[in-house]
Amino acid sequence: MVGITSYGAYVPMFRLPFGAIGAGGRKASGGSGERSVANFDEDSVTMAVAAATNCLEGIDRASVDGVLFASTSYAFKEKQGASLVAKALDLRRDVVTADFADSLRAGTTALRAAVDSVKAGSARNVLVIASDCRVAAPRSALERAFGDGAAAFLIGDTNVAAAFEQHHFIADEIIDVWRTEGAPYVKSWEDRFVVEHGYASNTVEAIKGLLKKAGLTPKDFAKAVYYGPDARSHGGVARSAGFDPKTQVQDPLFGKLGNAGAAFAPLLLVAALEESKPGSKLLLANYGDGAEAFAIAVTEHVAKLWTRRGVKWHLERRAELGDYDKYLAFRNLQPSEFDRRSGQGVSATVHFRDRNEDISFHGHKCRKCGTEQFPFQRVCFKCFGRDNFDEIRLSDRHGKLMSFTFDFFAGSPDPPLIVTTTEVDGGARVYLQMTDASPKEVKLELPVEFTFRKIHEYGGTPNYFWKCTPVRQ
Amino acid sequence: MNHDAIRDKVAIVGMGCCKFGENWDKSPEDMIVEAAFEAYEDAGIDNPQERIEAVFCGAVYPSKGTAEVADALKLFGKPVSMTQNYCATGTDAFRFGVFSIACGLYDTVLVVGFDKPKDRGVSGPSAVTAGVRGLPMTPAGWFSLCAAKYFETYGAGREDLARIAVKNHHNGTLAPKSMLKREITVDDVLKAPMISWPFGVYDCCAQSDGAAVAVLTKRELARSFRDDYVLVKAVAIALAENPQSDPSFDFLRWKPNVYAAQQAYKQAGISNPFKEIDIAQVHDCFTLTELLTYEDLGFCEKGSAKDHIANGTFALDGELPVNTDGGLKTFGHPTGATGVRMLYENYKQLQGKADRRQVKNATLALTHNLGGAPQTCGMTIIGTP
Repeated sequence: MVGITSYGAYVPMFRLPFGAIGAGGRKASGGSGERSVANFDEDSVTMAVAAATNCLEGIDRASVDGVLFASTSYAFKEKQGASLVAKALDLRRDVVTADFADSLRAGTTALRAAVDSVKAGSARNVLVIASDCRVAAPRSALERAFGDGAAAFLIGDTNVAAAFEQHHFIADEIIDVWRTEGAPYVKSWEDRFVVEHGYASNTVEAIKGLLKKAGLTPKDFAKAVYYGPDARSHGGVARSAGFDPKTQVQDPLFGKLGNAGAAFAPLLLVAALEESKPGSKLLLANYGDGAEAFAIAVTEHVAKLWTRRGVKWHLERRAELGDYDKYLAFRNLQPSEFDRRSGQGVSATVHFRDRNEDISFHGHKCRKCGTEQFPFQRVCFKCFGRDNFDEIRLSDRHGKLMSFTFDFFAGSPDPPLIVTTTEVDGGARVYLQMTDASPKEVKLELPVEFTFRKIHEYGGTPNYFWKCTPVRQ
Repeated sequence: MNHDAIRDKVAIVGMGCCKFGENWDKSPEDMIVEAAFEAYEDAGIDNPQERIEAVFCGAVYPSKGTAEVADALKLFGKPVSMTQNYCATGTDAFRFGVFSIACGLYDTVLVVGFDKPKDRGVSGPSAVTAGVRGLPMTPAGWFSLCAAKYFETYGAGREDLARIAVKNHHNGTLAPKSMLKREITVDDVLKAPMISWPFGVYDCCAQSDGAAVAVLTKRELARSFRDDYVLVKAVAIALAENPQSDPSFDFLRWKPNVYAAQQAYKQAGISNPFKEIDIAQVHDCFTLTELLTYEDLGFCEKGSAKDHIANGTFALDGELPVNTDGGLKTFGHPTGATGVRMLYENYKQLQGKADRRQVKNATLALTHNLGGAPQTCGMTIIGTP
C-alpha cells in the first residue's frame, strides 16, 4: 500500500474581502466573501516551506528521500524551486528534487510521480508540495476568483493514511487559461468556452474514465474532491459525474480560500482528509491541459494526522486586509517611492557561503562551553574557543522576544516593520523581522516561531531568510 | 598597559568649526577650509605648511579620502591619514593625533573631522541592506534595541526621552554654529511622527554637513601658542559585542560605553565621574542613547536617569551639564565631524569662551560617541592645565 503518510497545509493569514476591491471606475462588483492573500513577504516557495514544515511535524527529516515542488508561480524560469525548498527544510543532501510546473495539474501529477517512485522502490518517502500565488489583473474576475496557499504530502508505504488505488489521466490541448513568459497576469479566454470545452468536459471525462477502469460507481465514494474555477462550474461537474452535490462533494471553499491554482485540489484533499472516516474512499480529480482522477482509500492512520495545522486551522486564523491598495502593494502592482525590486541584488557568493545560516537557519553550538549563537562564529562568544562548533537547526524551535521596535522608516509595503531581537530556545540571539503580526500584540517575552520569508527583492529576485511570528494555538 | 602614557602630554592650542547644517552651497573643501583656518587663527598659526607636521582625518562618507583634505589645505609632503570608526570616527582621528605627539615623533599636528552626507539625496541615514541576510535596517531601529526592556525594568517612558530632546533644543538655540535653533516642548516630541518606536522625529538627530579641526602640540610648546591651552587627559576607544547577536546582552546598557569609560577614567585618574567631570558632550543620536549614556558612564545609578532628567541634573544650569551646545540633536551628525565638534565645545567652555552657554568654573570636560550596531564607543577627557 502506497499513499499519504502525512499532510500539511498553509493558507496565508490575510484575506481580501471582495467588498474591499472596489469598483475602480467600473460597475461595482461587490458580493460577499473573501479570498486568501499572501503577505508581501510570501510567495510560492515560502508557502511551500510552511506547508511542508507542517507536514513534517514529528517526522525525522532525514527520512525524506525526495521533494517534488509543484507551482505555476515560482519566481525563477531557470533555477529549481525544489532544491531551495529542500534546503530551507534542512533535508538530506542526497535528496532527489524536481519541479512540476506550467499546469494547474502540477500538484496532483507530482503526487502520482511520488506514488510511482515509492512503488518502484526508488524512494521510500517523497515529499510533494503544491503551492501557488497567482496574480491576475487588478479588479478582474480572475483576481477575485484566485486565492493563495500550499499543501504538502509525504508519500510512503508505511502507516499509510490515504492509499492511492487507481488513477486515470488524459491530456488535452486548449488555450483556456495561460500566462506567457514575462507576462505579469494570468489570462483567460471567455469563461463559458473555458468551462464547457476545457474544465467540465475534461474533468468529467477523467472521473468517468477512472470509475470505469476501477469498476466503481459514484456511490462507492464518501466524497469527491476536485478542482473548480468557480462555484457554479464546480457544482456542474458533480452533477455530470453522478455525485450528489449536497452530500458527496468536498466544499470547494469559494469565498473563503479562493482558487489556489496548482495547490487548490491538494488543499481540498487535505480539507477532506481532516474530516474523513477511516475505511471510506475519496475521489480526487484535477484539471489543467487535460485532467486526472484518483481513487483514494482512507485508513485508520488518518486520525493521528488530525493534530496537524490543516486547512481548517488556517482558515480560522485570518486577518482582513481592508485596504485594496495594500493588496496592490503586496503584489507589487502599483508604483511606490521605495521600489522593492531596485538595486543590485544580493551577492551570489555571499549567499553561497551563508546558505546554511540563511536558508536552513542553522546556528552554532560551542562544543566546549555549550553556548548557542547566531550567525556562525569562528571564535566562540563565550569561551573564545576556535572553530569548535556543531551546527544546530533553529527553524523548528520556538523562541521569545528580547527586544523590539516598530520601524516606520525602513521602506515596507506594510509599515511599521516589526524588528526584534529574538532568543531562540537554547540561547542563540537573532536579529529578526516579525511578520503576520500587529504591533498591538508585541511585548517582551512573547513566544514566537519561525517562518521562511522573502527578506527583500533587491535586483528583482526574491531573497529569502527567516522571520519570527507569534505562536498561534 | 601604562594608563599614564597620555595624560597631560598633549595640548589643544587651536580649534575651528564650520557652521553645521544642510550646507547645500558648500563643498567638503569649503567646510574643511573654514574650520581649519579658524583653528589656525585661534592657534596663531600663519604658516601652516611649515607648522603642521602631520594630518589625522576622520570621515565616513569621504569622496576622495585623504587627498580631499590635503588638496583643500595644500598640506603636502607630510603624512595625511584617515580613520573610520563608525560614529566615533572624529574621536578616533583625534586619538591618533594625540598618540603621534605623545610618542614624541611630531611637535604639532592637525586633526580634521568632516562629512558631507547631504550630497547623497536622502534625508537621514538610508536604510542599509547588508548582504543576503540583511534586513532593511535603520539606525533608529538599532538604537531602539534597549527601549522595551529598559522601560519595563525601570518604569521609564517616552516622556523621559522627550525631556532630553527639549533640553538639547534649548541649548542649541544658544550655539552660533548649530543647525536647529528652535525651542520645543515635551508635547511636540510626543506628538511628532514615529520613526522607529520609541523614537519620534524629535527623538532623532538629523543628518547634516560639517567639519571641525583641532591643532595639537606637545605640552612643552603649548605656551608658545597661547596661555589658555587645554590638556588631553584621556582618549579611549572600545569595541563591544554586537548587541543583536551577543547571547549575554541584557538590553539595559550599551556595553561599548561601559568598556570605554573604564579606560578613559583610568587614563584620566577619575574615580567619581559625576563629581569630577564638569561638562560632558555625549552622543545623542537618539534620546535614549543619551539617557543610557548618563548611567553607563557612571553619571548616575542604573535606572535613575529619569529622576535626574526630571530634576535638571544635566541641564545647562545643572550639576553636570550635558550637551551644552545642543548636541547632535541641534548640530546634526556629520559622522566624521561630530567627535571633533564636541571637543570644540569643551575647549571653548574650558577657556570660558562659551558665551551664553558658559558653564561656570569648568576644568574637566568629557566627550563621548557611540556608533555601529552600536558596537564602538570613543571618549575623550580634556582639562585646564
